[in-house]
Amino acid sequence: MSITLNINGQDHSIDVDPQMPLLWAIRETVGLTGTKFGCGIAQCGNCTVIVDGNAVRSCNTPVAAAAGKTIRTIEGVSENNDHPVQQAWQEITVPQCGYCQSGQIMSAVALLEKSPDPTDNEIDKAMAGNICRCGTYPRIRAAIHRAAELSKT
Amino acid sequence: MKHMNLTRRSFMQITTSAAGGLMVGIHFPSIARATGEGAAAEINAWLTIDPDNIVSIVTPQTEMGQGAFTAVPMMVAEELDIPWENVRHVYASANRHVNNGNLYTTTSTGGSTTVSRRHPYMMQAGASARERLRVAAANRWQVPVDKVTAKQGWLTTEHEEQGTIQGTYGEFAAEAAAVTLDEEPAIKAYGDWWLLGRDIPRLDVPLKTNGTATYPIDVSVPGMVHAAAMACPVPEGRLVSYDFDAVKDMPGVIAAVELEQVKDVPAFTDLRSGVAIVADSWYQAQNALAVMPIVWDYGRGASISTESQMAEAMQLISQPGALVLNEDGNVGRRLDRGVNHDAAHGIIEASANQVIGEVYYRPFETHATMMPPCAVADVTDDRVDVWTFTQDIARSLNEVADQLGRDTENVFLNQTYLGGGFGGGYNMDVHRQAAAISAAVGRPVKVIRSREEDVAQDSQRPPVWGTYKAALGEDGLPEALVTHFVGDEKFPAFSQRGVANMPYLVPSRRHEYSAVQNHIPIGYHRAPGANSTGFIVEQMVDELAQAGGWDPLEWRIKMTEGNEPWQRVLLAMKEKSGWTTDMGRGEGMGIGVVESHGTVAGCVATVAISRRGQIFIDKLDFYINSGYVINPLGAREQAESSAIWELSHAMFGGLVIRDGRIVNTNFDSYQMMKMPDTPPEIEVHLEMSEDQWWGGLGEPTGPPTPPAVANAIYYATGKRIRSTPLAKAEL
Repeated sequence: MSITLNINGQDHSIDVDPQMPLLWAIRETVGLTGTKFGCGIAQCGNCTVIVDGNAVRSCNTPVAAAAGKTIRTIEGVSENNDHPVQQAWQEITVPQCGYCQSGQIMSAVALLEKSPDPTDNEIDKAMAGNICRCGTYPRIRAAIHRAAELSKT
Repeated sequence: MKHMNLTRRSFMQITTSAAGGLMVGIHFPSIARATGEGAAAEINAWLTIDPDNIVSIVTPQTEMGQGAFTAVPMMVAEELDIPWENVRHVYASANRHVNNGNLYTTTSTGGSTTVSRRHPYMMQAGASARERLRVAAANRWQVPVDKVTAKQGWLTTEHEEQGTIQGTYGEFAAEAAAVTLDEEPAIKAYGDWWLLGRDIPRLDVPLKTNGTATYPIDVSVPGMVHAAAMACPVPEGRLVSYDFDAVKDMPGVIAAVELEQVKDVPAFTDLRSGVAIVADSWYQAQNALAVMPIVWDYGRGASISTESQMAEAMQLISQPGALVLNEDGNVGRRLDRGVNHDAAHGIIEASANQVIGEVYYRPFETHATMMPPCAVADVTDDRVDVWTFTQDIARSLNEVADQLGRDTENVFLNQTYLGGGFGGGYNMDVHRQAAAISAAVGRPVKVIRSREEDVAQDSQRPPVWGTYKAALGEDGLPEALVTHFVGDEKFPAFSQRGVANMPYLVPSRRHEYSAVQNHIPIGYHRAPGANSTGFIVEQMVDELAQAGGWDPLEWRIKMTEGNEPWQRVLLAMKEKSGWTTDMGRGEGMGIGVVESHGTVAGCVATVAISRRGQIFIDKLDFYINSGYVINPLGAREQAESSAIWELSHAMFGGLVIRDGRIVNTNFDSYQMMKMPDTPPEIEVHLEMSEDQWWGGLGEPTGPPTPPAVANAIYYATGKRIRSTPLAKAEL
């Protein structure tokens, strides 16, 4: 079945099983590999993308449910790796292995679009679905506050 | 370091261990590979310099977040003396390494050794290149070599007639590559460094904020198909049959491939008996595999469970175990007050002041790297390319060559970033699976393990049980101590490290060991032994201190008298942490100190316990003595990381075995620490001894953290928690 996905402002017509998780459509069919597979059951957040402004776990979202919506992936966050969240992530040297960081960044971008200067409680809530096995949580928290600051200037 | 003589194309030998035992040979290969106009010149196997003075430095170790791809170039660049902005890092060729007598000494990446153990020859590679550049410039300028300086990418001399002459390294690289040195320079000592010791952000950070860092799971080869594989859910079991006909018409399904196990009981890196489905997409392969009827012979493990191992361990621990001795016939390496292990039991039995410990327990833990194990293999008649989850590219290359019966010259193990490693990249058969499947279907293939398959088949950290008994002297300090730890039959060291060689000096000391039956594969983990034993030893210490009327910090200071690395950490804790055992109801501070990987790491934890018994960790304060630190920023990152890694297990982890298989195989049932559970405050103090040495930093803050938290809980509540996960304890 042909499905049109709008990813990072570009339409992609793909012919896939409508029940296929959006994650695999993005990674294997469209070929954007920045979004990662971690658990397949929406428990780790590695696969987080932004659909119509909300952070969504793409590993258990059927591709059909994303048709006609605006999908943003890590590749669409900025042209030059300089979105305030990316700048803050670099300044505070957040990533270690880096595998979960696309998902972490997408969750943080979605949070900051809704709440430009989030409290620690809001950060806890928005980021609670993203696991980082390297334990970069303290730096993620600091970087979200820093990104909020960078966005103001 | 020993001074050495070296000529090009010769082996040099360097003494790397303080004990003087280990000799490492390095081979500088034939040079002058590319010396044409405009090409980059390889000065030695470790670096090339291009005409624009950009230096590409080879990293043989893998990058899994720990910083090897920054630390290795830093060590080479320190000696080469090139601006850091001019440095690029490149992956080592596993093929070149394996087929040239282990060119880079080792590609193994573990045990917190990349800096601590590898720095002599990495720094030597930079120094050697720098001296060749000086000789090349001296030859061209017709001046003595001692009149040429090499600094920040420039070669300079003051010529008698022409005044100052300068040229970049890049201008002399091709000539330097052909230089033969009579004698290799010695590497720089601490104090002479210009780059090492500074906060240097890791070079791979920007690639990891826009999704461009490539992991094995991201590799794509033209014509590639996708596979999902399954080995017997009860480890050591074997495939009996499968019904491919039942799934062959499912969308995208191409083939089923049986994975043949050669040995009765496979070594950890051998291919395990199983079956794979190959399809157009991984989603389709996984769907078909999930419903394909498969018959297994579960083998001896099917009757083993968490409960059966617990019962066996409790039985074993109630009886005497086997005495553990080191090479000198002592328990541990620091018991220089006398060991007297034969007398320990008798002294305790005769004592009027006995302390009899209860049993402590740490369950199995799994790696659960964020990238599930994955490999891509492209097997053709004359060449094999592989990308895989590995912490040793040479070892994996050899495994693939072995799997396919190919000559290593035609096998290429292509390096990528790793989505975490933590020891999981050693005992791994995913590249054997990919190679076997690609050979069977005649196409490139990508194998991805589902999370459930990852956890079910991983090489786990084994469970450890431990107890002790002691006799206290008149001063309240132990005069005899017997510890008895029970571990798994495959890896005794994981229940001995950190306890058999603990630093606390007791006049009569004995460590005993027993093992439970275990079919679950075991492998390297982040500080696998010290993490389990540290939890037990550092709570035992608090119990002994309390029984003897000692403050737990003062007890540790007294019991490690004369041990400078420990004293430095303990005295810093005393001075800076605000240490107290009396914070008031519901709040507590606790300490843990563990030496691992050549580093002494102490943790002071501050906790608050809610009325409902929920644990809040308010602060973790670390005091680390690793000797030299080449990148304090990287050191702090690793200190935070390994602490949270182990705290995650201690608070929430623990694998459960039922009918021989692991039942909590995904993050809904095997839980991880997340943002809301993370202590709001983490401080890291790097306490460097005067008498410096090289300790590792990728692991040592893990082991002291859970016992510090458990001790803090004790001072907050009066309840001692002797097993993990702590979050499940009744408080």
